[in-house]
Amino acid sequence: MESIYWPSFFFFLFSGLACAFAVAVLLSSNIVRMAFYLVLSLGATAGLMFLAGAEFVGAMQLLIYVGGTLVLLIFGVMLTSQERFVVMKTWAGDWVKAFLAGGALLFILAYAAFSIPEWRGIERAEADAVEAQPSVTPIAMGLLGARTDDPDGSGYLLPFEIVSVHLLVVLIGAAYLARAKRSRSSLEKL
Amino acid sequence: MAAFLSQYLWTWLAYTIAGLVHVALILNLVAVGALVFIWLERKISGRIQDRLGPTRVGGKFGWLQTLADGIKLLTKEDLAPEGADHFLFKIAPYVSFCASIAAFIAIPFAGGYYPWIAQHLNVGVFFVLAVLGLEVFGVILAGYSSASKWSLFGAMREAAQVVSYEVPLGMCVVVPVLIAGSLDLVVIGDTQAGWFTNWLVFHDPFTFITFWVYFTCATASVNRAPFDLAEAESELVAGFHTEYSGLRWSFFFMAEYGSMFSVSILASILFLGGWHGPIPITEFLGLSPENGPFLGYLGQLLGAVNVIGKGVIGVCVMMWIRWTLPRLRIDQVMATCLKYCTPIAAIMFLGATLWQLQLPGKTFFGLIEVPEAVYAIGDGGSDAAGQMPESESPAEQQDRIAQTTPSASQISRKGL
Amino acid sequence: MLSIPFANLLTEPVGVAHYVTVGAILFICGALCMATKRNALGVLMGIELVLNGANLNFVAFGSRYLRDDANSLGLDGQLMALFVIVLAAAEAAVALAIALNFYNNHDSIDVDRADQLRG
Repeated sequence: MESIYWPSFFFFLFSGLACAFAVAVLLSSNIVRMAFYLVLSLGATAGLMFLAGAEFVGAMQLLIYVGGTLVLLIFGVMLTSQERFVVMKTWAGDWVKAFLAGGALLFILAYAAFSIPEWRGIERAEADAVEAQPSVTPIAMGLLGARTDDPDGSGYLLPFEIVSVHLLVVLIGAAYLARAKRSRSSLEKL
Repeated sequence: MAAFLSQYLWTWLAYTIAGLVHVALILNLVAVGALVFIWLERKISGRIQDRLGPTRVGGKFGWLQTLADGIKLLTKEDLAPEGADHFLFKIAPYVSFCASIAAFIAIPFAGGYYPWIAQHLNVGVFFVLAVLGLEVFGVILAGYSSASKWSLFGAMREAAQVVSYEVPLGMCVVVPVLIAGSLDLVVIGDTQAGWFTNWLVFHDPFTFITFWVYFTCATASVNRAPFDLAEAESELVAGFHTEYSGLRWSFFFMAEYGSMFSVSILASILFLGGWHGPIPITEFLGLSPENGPFLGYLGQLLGAVNVIGKGVIGVCVMMWIRWTLPRLRIDQVMATCLKYCTPIAAIMFLGATLWQLQLPGKTFFGLIEVPEAVYAIGDGGSDAAGQMPESESPAEQQDRIAQTTPSASQISRKGL
Repeated sequence: MLSIPFANLLTEPVGVAHYVTVGAILFICGALCMATKRNALGVLMGIELVLNGANLNFVAFGSRYLRDDANSLGLDGQLMALFVIVLAAAEAAVALAIALNFYNNHDSIDVDRADQLRG
């Protein structure tokens, strides 16, 4: 028991959950259950991000992705469900082809990842020596264009502004697309 | 605690025991809190409506009424409608309850160098908000899976309402974060040490208004009247929990009271000084860890009483509002959010930013100069590091490093 | 060659390769989801899974716990991941609006029925 490296144990716990629920999303044919499994999968991924030391990104993942985007998705499901529980089946042949392609791709990616020696992880003593550093302030300064962690690195002020304007455009555009159209008959009644 | 235990036990056992103790404490807080709050709600609603409320069970004041209710709920049959999606129907109350409890993981009950907190996070504020946002999933799943039009309507209203109210809520929370210069709840609480004039609600006129906007949005985001559209009894029977009975129904109830409590505690830490009372009694009496572990423990205990007391007051105000104001219509709820709360929060955010720029280092509406010692608490530990015992656990080191985050004032002094 | 990393799985820290593998599994599940689902919102969920897998890779390459400091992506990884999250939220809002519009016109969100432009 003493020799177990606990961060690794939690990595396998969270990654197992994330992968299992991702497969469940793929295999489930009920759209609301898919959304539920997706929530759990994304939550487990946020746990993986916390383990990798990216606390701010993990919290953002929970706040924006899980709390915002997926609620929106489920909202869309409820607005568009014509029968009680939307079920759409896929043919067996499609599944076979999909799994062949997916399995081959997974094998190539995993093989490539593990064939690089530096990517297999650092020594235990080294990992214990890594000091935890808060990442919130450097991230905020980086977004404002001043890098405190790495003087040679470039700031992200322009992308930040572009993303802000993009979000505004998206908000207006989505509201325009999804607005309630007044039909001609209701106009005539007025 | 884990570090202390691991001197005597295996490390993994020490961490497991420490974790279990934290979980037990939080569970107790939420469950006992819900018991007390339900009783309190009945008494308060009774008084407001000019009646007595429960009087008999458990002797005086009917204080055992909730327990009797709980036993009654336990013995009820666990029903599920025939057309329901059984798996989701069964799991939905637990999703709500887990989200509501998980928010307490990152909430500190006392600060200082050894904060009373289950898991010290650098991004505590956002974590709490994010996890509270997850509670809506349980409600949506419950509404969708129970195959009833009332439930579906309730769930759709809840989804729209919660997603909209997260925007002004997030903006309000950013204001104290901006003033304290940290996302860490412990640091935010400790910047308000001293007299009540240091509380962030009195920091400037903008934070004062922000606090009220925050409280409105928090009430809406935990679905309390006048914003309880998801369970509007007069229109939707009982909204999303129409089809629930027995223990599963009571899980929804506990989740609601748990999240009310956690947003109130969050309000008290962000705006109302957290574990620092209006008068710095702990400072007068010297109840700090430097004067020995026992006095330090007493000081922390007083801090926890402060936090929980402020949280209970917040919950009572929510109850008072619930039994005083009529319920809004759904379009009025959305208009309150999008036309009033969001613009006001945005303006307050802008105003607080400019105020910080013009009058840094002042508090109580810019009238009082803050002593440097209090203001620079963000880099605490730099002089205390030498006094710390050598046998620190990595977790404690992490805590200390979290406290050494440069505060906004320091960064501005460096001219960045 | 693949047997070496599984030898001391629990006693040694994990590396970038482990994270990349998890990211690959999420990516492939998402891609297959996009390919096999006929519900427009199911396709959208597949996209979310793909983006999430990519995000995990960004975080892993920037983490100081997974590889030595000199070669790590540093903070840029986390910043990129943040941009991906924000853009994914925007993309979901637009895609949802399109799906709702499609549903208004066709009374269905089956992507196979969007075939009016077929010659």
